[in-house]
Amino acid sequence: MTFSYYPGCTLKTKAKELDAYARRSAEALGITLAELPDWQCCGGVYNNTKDEIATKLSSVRALISAKEQGNKLVTLCSACHNVIKRTKNEIETNDDMAFRVSNYMQCDARKDSDTEVVHFFELLRDTVGFDELKKKVVNPLTGRKIAAYYGCLLLRPGKVLQFDNPENPKIMEDFIRALGATPVIYPMRNECCGGYIAIESSEAARKNSAAIYESAEGFGADCMITACPLCRYNLIKAESTVPVVYFTELLAEALGVK
Amino acid sequence: MQKIGVFVCHCGTNIAGTVDVKAVAEALGKEPGVVFSTEYQYMCSEAGQNLIKDAIKNYGLTGIVVCSCSPRMHEATFRKTAAAAGLNSYMVEIANIREQCSWIHKDVKVATEKAIVLGRTAIAKVALNTPLTASETPVVKRALVIGGGIAGIQTALDIADAGYEVDLVEKEPTIGGKMAQIDKTFPTLDCAACILTPKMVDCAQNEKIHIYAYSEVESVKGFVGNFNVTIKKKARFVDETKCTGCGICTEKCPMKKTPNLFNLGLDNRSAIYIPFAQAIPKIATIDADYCNMLKNGKCGVCSKVCAAGAIDYKQQDQYIEQQYGAIVVATGFNPIKLDNYSEFAYNESPDVVTSLELERLMNAAGPNGGTLLRPSDKTHPHTIVFVQCVGSRDTTDCGKPYCSKICCMYTAKHAMLIRDKYPDTEVYVFYMDVRTPGKNFDEFYRRAVEDYGVHYIKGMVGKVMPQPDGKLLVRGSDLLTDEQLKIEADMVVLAAAIEPDKTARPLATMLTASMDTNDFFTEAHPKLRPVESPTAGIFLSGVCQGPKDIPETVAQASAAAAKVIGLLAKPALKSNPCTAHSDENLCNGCSSCERVCPYGAISYVDKEFRMPDRTTKVRRVASVNPAVCQGCGACTVACPSGAMDLSGFSNKQIMAEVDAICR
Amino acid sequence: MLTSKEKEQIIRSSGADVTKCMRCGKCSGACPSYDEMEYHPHQFVYFVEKDQIEKLLNSPSIYKCLGCSVCSERCPRDVGPSKIVEAVLAMAVRRQDENHLKAENIPGMVEDDTPGQLLVSAFRKYKK
Repeated sequence: MTFSYYPGCTLKTKAKELDAYARRSAEALGITLAELPDWQCCGGVYNNTKDEIATKLSSVRALISAKEQGNKLVTLCSACHNVIKRTKNEIETNDDMAFRVSNYMQCDARKDSDTEVVHFFELLRDTVGFDELKKKVVNPLTGRKIAAYYGCLLLRPGKVLQFDNPENPKIMEDFIRALGATPVIYPMRNECCGGYIAIESSEAARKNSAAIYESAEGFGADCMITACPLCRYNLIKAESTVPVVYFTELLAEALGVK
Repeated sequence: MQKIGVFVCHCGTNIAGTVDVKAVAEALGKEPGVVFSTEYQYMCSEAGQNLIKDAIKNYGLTGIVVCSCSPRMHEATFRKTAAAAGLNSYMVEIANIREQCSWIHKDVKVATEKAIVLGRTAIAKVALNTPLTASETPVVKRALVIGGGIAGIQTALDIADAGYEVDLVEKEPTIGGKMAQIDKTFPTLDCAACILTPKMVDCAQNEKIHIYAYSEVESVKGFVGNFNVTIKKKARFVDETKCTGCGICTEKCPMKKTPNLFNLGLDNRSAIYIPFAQAIPKIATIDADYCNMLKNGKCGVCSKVCAAGAIDYKQQDQYIEQQYGAIVVATGFNPIKLDNYSEFAYNESPDVVTSLELERLMNAAGPNGGTLLRPSDKTHPHTIVFVQCVGSRDTTDCGKPYCSKICCMYTAKHAMLIRDKYPDTEVYVFYMDVRTPGKNFDEFYRRAVEDYGVHYIKGMVGKVMPQPDGKLLVRGSDLLTDEQLKIEADMVVLAAAIEPDKTARPLATMLTASMDTNDFFTEAHPKLRPVESPTAGIFLSGVCQGPKDIPETVAQASAAAAKVIGLLAKPALKSNPCTAHSDENLCNGCSSCERVCPYGAISYVDKEFRMPDRTTKVRRVASVNPAVCQGCGACTVACPSGAMDLSGFSNKQIMAEVDAICR
Repeated sequence: MLTSKEKEQIIRSSGADVTKCMRCGKCSGACPSYDEMEYHPHQFVYFVEKDQIEKLLNSPSIYKCLGCSVCSERCPRDVGPSKIVEAVLAMAVRRQDENHLKAENIPGMVEDDTPGQLLVSAFRKYKK
């Protein structure tokens, strides 16, 4: 099965392993990830204002490009996923935005960017299936206690992202179970790492991140997984006592393609 | 020749403010058949009615049209007025130029034009009206009360007290409802069971009251005064006539890991059980989901130990048919499920409980014998945080838009009881507003603050985080100090919104009683007929109609009983003469009308008809029982041959109305 | 009372209905950046309703919001405080010479391991 793939900037630089392990795992699972030829940076955060159009256009281009290829669009980085999916939703629900984007891009935005946006986790859950994934695991991560760190961008706004229950998600825990490890449930898993304020208020960001890994450690985690390079960066900068890795690394390990 | 009178009401400025009433009266005066047309400030006043009466006499009117408010308000008034002047009361038509015109329009010109059209339409109809006479139907002197909580109990007791038979149907094995689960009541702090159980016993002992516990209403047919109801008595697997309620079976049953639903699953009971010591009827019930004998035929211990020989594993559901003159709905409420509020960690931590669960935790018959202990480790909690409005006043998909009304008071009660019994326990209450209208209610809440040192915090909890050491970290805002508080609590109590019981919606369908979007039963009038459903003969008692505390519920229960007694005391009911009838010459016997009739009023009979060639032929034709027909008109629409017609709303009249509108 | 152009712009740009707020404070009870902020999520909603936009525009609080949306997610009235904060922030940085983050300051803020995502995100938020 072929999906269009939007890697995003950071996966080409500081988070190469998030990308590389995903590609290897996808191959092992019989999924073809066809990287969009002409993708541009999503901007990192979604601009929520209704009168802002320019920052949304790169997402629109990605949506149109995937639609032209006739594929669903797979994302890996939480931030890219959030931005692209929310842009699509805004065009769907805001007439003014749809009109302005159509006018600027000289297209019918609602029709031409009507592409299904799928996060890699959703692909594992809905296309591969966690039961199937479990069967394909060659190195089960038995005995490892792994804390899923969702952060904000995959979950919220819940109504738009439709990823999982934003207050009590389970998709990453189900993923961890499929790999043979034990998920660690802790209350801070859907709290913010501090995000972009790390650029000028690094202390504040560290305080947020510290609360998260302390909570995970307190409940006995020996590893944390994330899909977001910025979350990982903030946790590491806050001197996380629990190792933080990308979820694709664990996946590749379990599938024997690391 | 018709002589029609038209009477246009100003209703003060209600109508006259937006409708030029003089112009309406003048325009309608020119309609064919109209011999008199006038306007007056208040047509429903005595002077207004006299104006109508005089006009009927002076002009020999054969029909009248009153352009005024909704017929739900004053149709009955004007029918009586007409009758008093010697005109058949069904020769009156109302044109609603208030609710359907003046109140919804702003432009005088537009509203006036519409009022004239509405008046014209009523004139076209009244010209084709025929005098009708209401017949009488007898009233079955027996009432059905659905729901055996405090609402149903009070209603049943009051109806029985007036000398009428009452059947009380309760879906659980015992009557008592939510009040039986409550520990203490506000604002007096007296024990709920101590005031409830005497009423339960009264029900059991009253010869006029028949309790159908562990039973549900299966179907309802008929109409006011003559309802025909099927009650399903669910199999208890215990013979009610033999069981003495000794409880030996519950002690000996080996299936001790059955969740105790009376204690909201906070502890376990046996598979055969009596919900609580004062249960009425005190008869054991087998929980078929957990009984080993019923599941795989192994065990049979209860049967062996029962000295009365009451156990019957082969018992089947029983169906009972009964006639009633009136039905009272008292189906009550439940706290909402908190699955959509995971930020409060209700599903994640056993120490986060609902307020109703706290009642059981504090009750002497509860899981800890009345000592308040944390469910997780059975230790004494030193810090307890209460969160108000969990799911109430919530306009998202998760919650309820209304105020649940009882939470402010029961939370003050809980806080006070805890501080009284455990002075070393700190109690915090996060609130949006404290709402305490009611006799001695605000004083009660103030006592919690002033005398018991409960910390009330104006703000809301944003998240409850279970900690590795078992504590609950509560993060919430204090809007008055403008701080975000972080409280390490041992327990968190959530004041969950209340919602109508899930059985209410299907019951409403059976009863053809209307409900609002929140599944509360709608009253016939929100102010003036608060305990009656718009469906005749259906009455409302307790929270099924809207959130209420116990005193209000009891007051409403007695009010509903008074209305039932008023109905049952009537020797007969005047029936609606606007019923359907079939033209046998046109009827083709297709049964369409019979299928759509919601009241079962139509049957088919074989009838002999004389044919033109002097032979006879037997044909199958529809026949309407006018005593059962409610005049809904469904059959007239369904009939393909136009044989079915409705008195007072004939096809000819409806078409005349449509013509008048389109003219 | 006349509504200021600023308030109108905030309402339009955020798409939020501040009149729906019932002042429960759940947003501020949930905010992970609360202690960093001078004005808190519920105050953003209230100040916009009361047309006191200038206070918010000049407060460092607008740069302390993490954009995590938790306030909006848990809001029982679907008001969406985070949408308001973002609209005020956008209004502030759209003023001439009011870019909060300037390109020339970036070199001093970056380390070897700083991910591109952080820079891009911060620019999106703090610069027009």
